Amino acid sequence: MKMTFNLLLSLITCTGFSGLMGCGKAKDSKIKTPIDNVSIPISGEMEAELTSPPFVPPPVGNRPAKKLIVNLEIIEKEMEMDDGVNYVYWTFGGTVPGSFIRARVGDEMEFHLKNHPDNKLPHNIDLHAVTGQGGGAEASFVAPGYEKVFSFKLINQGLYVYHCATAPVGMHIANGMYGLIMVEPEGGLPPVDKEFYIMQGDFYTAGKHGQPGLQPFDMEKAYDEKPDYVVFNGRKGSLLGDNALTAKVGETIRLFVGNGGPNLVSSFHVIGEIFDRVYVEGGDLINTNIQTTLIPAGGASIVEFKVDVPSNLILVDHSIFRTFNKGSLGMIKVSGEKNEMVFKGEIKEGVYLPEGGSIQTMPDNSKSNEVIAKNKNERIALGKKVYMNSCFACHQNNGEGLNSSFPPLAKSDYLNADIKRAIRIVLGGLTGEITVNGDKYNSIMPSQNLTDEEIANVLTFVYNSWGNSGKEVTPDMVKSERKK
Amino acid sequence: MRYFCIYLFLVYISDMSVHAQQPQMVLVKGGDYIPLYGTDKNKKEYVNDFYMDITPVTNRAYRDFVKSLPQWYRSKIKRLFADANYLFSWDSDTSYPAEIADSPVNFVSWYAANAYCKCYGKRLPTVHEWEYAAMAGEKVKDARKDSSYIKKILRWYETPKTHKTKVGQSPPNYWGIKDLFGLVWEWTLDFNSIIMTGESRNNAETDKGLFCASGSLGANDLMDYAAFMRYAFRSSLKASFTINSLGFRCVKDVNNK
Repeated sequence: MKMTFNLLLSLITCTGFSGLMGCGKAKDSKIKTPIDNVSIPISGEMEAELTSPPFVPPPVGNRPAKKLIVNLEIIEKEMEMDDGVNYVYWTFGGTVPGSFIRARVGDEMEFHLKNHPDNKLPHNIDLHAVTGQGGGAEASFVAPGYEKVFSFKLINQGLYVYHCATAPVGMHIANGMYGLIMVEPEGGLPPVDKEFYIMQGDFYTAGKHGQPGLQPFDMEKAYDEKPDYVVFNGRKGSLLGDNALTAKVGETIRLFVGNGGPNLVSSFHVIGEIFDRVYVEGGDLINTNIQTTLIPAGGASIVEFKVDVPSNLILVDHSIFRTFNKGSLGMIKVSGEKNEMVFKGEIKEGVYLPEGGSIQTMPDNSKSNEVIAKNKNERIALGKKVYMNSCFACHQNNGEGLNSSFPPLAKSDYLNADIKRAIRIVLGGLTGEITVNGDKYNSIMPSQNLTDEEIANVLTFVYNSWGNSGKEVTPDMVKSERKK
Repeated sequence: MRYFCIYLFLVYISDMSVHAQQPQMVLVKGGDYIPLYGTDKNKKEYVNDFYMDITPVTNRAYRDFVKSLPQWYRSKIKRLFADANYLFSWDSDTSYPAEIADSPVNFVSWYAANAYCKCYGKRLPTVHEWEYAAMAGEKVKDARKDSSYIKKILRWYETPKTHKTKVGQSPPNYWGIKDLFGLVWEWTLDFNSIIMTGESRNNAETDKGLFCASGSLGANDLMDYAAFMRYAFRSSLKASFTINSLGFRCVKDVNNK
């Protein structure tokens, strides 16, 4: 009675003032409240198409709300986490993350959760998109070899995580039991050119990162929140090499990005792009021009960006040690025409040495104020200065080099064996494996932007120090090597 | 029927060598213990002395049982007492692949396991009895604080398809019992009494649930993941369920011997 009265009153008010100020805020927003969505009628029935990562099912488009049947099978199975590293994953649909479910608001979902007979454990599913006890966890709790069917109406739009919630819940999630369900608004999300499904997860193995063999779950590491692997789509390299995602210049890409956890929060970032739009936390709020978006464990985000230039976009968790050392690295290969209006690439390269001395931006042998060595001793003295500016940082004070990274110059068989080679290395740099005094080195020495005089001096200094052969290198010798 | 079984049982006692397929029993001295889940948090439970089968019941032993009580044949069992895949590993009412003769019988319902134990004058262990016996390491009565003990069990719970392993190959625990872990889950008499889940939980007074965070509320040792998995497994069961990785063993009260 009271409700009717209020409704009546508001109708009168609205009608009365609509010409002046409109009718409240509800009219401004296209988004219906969840309560409105309860009454969306359903017409017809269909089975949901499920996809494995990194793919997503086709968009809902303009279809009406339906009874949507989802058949999802739980499979415990051994798969690779890294090359030579195996793990017994617990999966929704045989993959980590689990199958992508796509629906629209107002759909009535009939969910069939099947626990494969060969599985060892009971499981269930908590869908964050569900309004109801445990997100369906209780209703779906199912023993191996059995199937549970439960039903719910999707009344909130957005991108949601689903996961297993059986005790010990952390372990079920840590073993890969999570995935995403997208509940699109009426009429669907705006169309884009490419859509992908990516989900981050942290894994805790008995062996250290990279230790080969079948690795069991390590409870203590999980408890301490110290993962050995932080990866996209359940495996290191799942989005690299042949598995890298691809796109063409001019396309708009939408990534459905989730974070299964169990523990870590992701600083999701794509190196070389800016997110034009981010559906913050997978909800309705759209933020624009975002560099890095935070995705909580048990949360998700939709990010969209147009790719304007060809490049390899690198997907990372910008909590960057995870990317560098633990595997949270993926790639989108963008091919197509260059667009120099957007990105010109490298224009020139120069040495920057703020300490003074031999500052130069480009190789330039016609320095007017250059001090010319008159004899070998002067050459050695001047060469020492060059050494301390250009060589000392890596080859160290007494030419001893550094551990296994930078080879020694002191008593160096490699150096003394070939003086012309030494000149060429200073001129052009060196990459690749070499053996010096019996030890192997494999790193990069950049080319040195030094004058012929400076190179002659520094090499003469080196050859006359630390037990080396005592040879003299002249500017002419450098010049003749530079010409080659 | 019952008489017939007891008759077999007496034969078994009088001539162990002939009926060696019936698991031998050992004494478990009772005492106090704090279970993972109890009626009250940190409340000690007292467990009386009991005898427990050293190994799970094998297919071979179970065949003797169904031969003496044909209403437990695969073809004759009432659906109420076991689901459609009862004795799924078997070839017929009385035969199974030879290689699983000494492996634990699986795909048996609670009703079937219960009837088997009764048939031999035994019963299924209670959850407390089972947990009490299973908390023993090889040298101590309670190894639950030993992280390597829990780790070892967890490893098994993570290893797929272990039910085809022959019984009796693992080292005995403190009591002389084998294979409590490593082969199959085991039915308990009151498997559904400790945690209330599903429909039975809806009328429970507290959210002493098994899911997500509430799973940790009633528990006494939040690091005993292996025990959580056992309790979760039991809670997913109904008495008619028959599962690949689920078998049983029997116990007997001491004053009954």
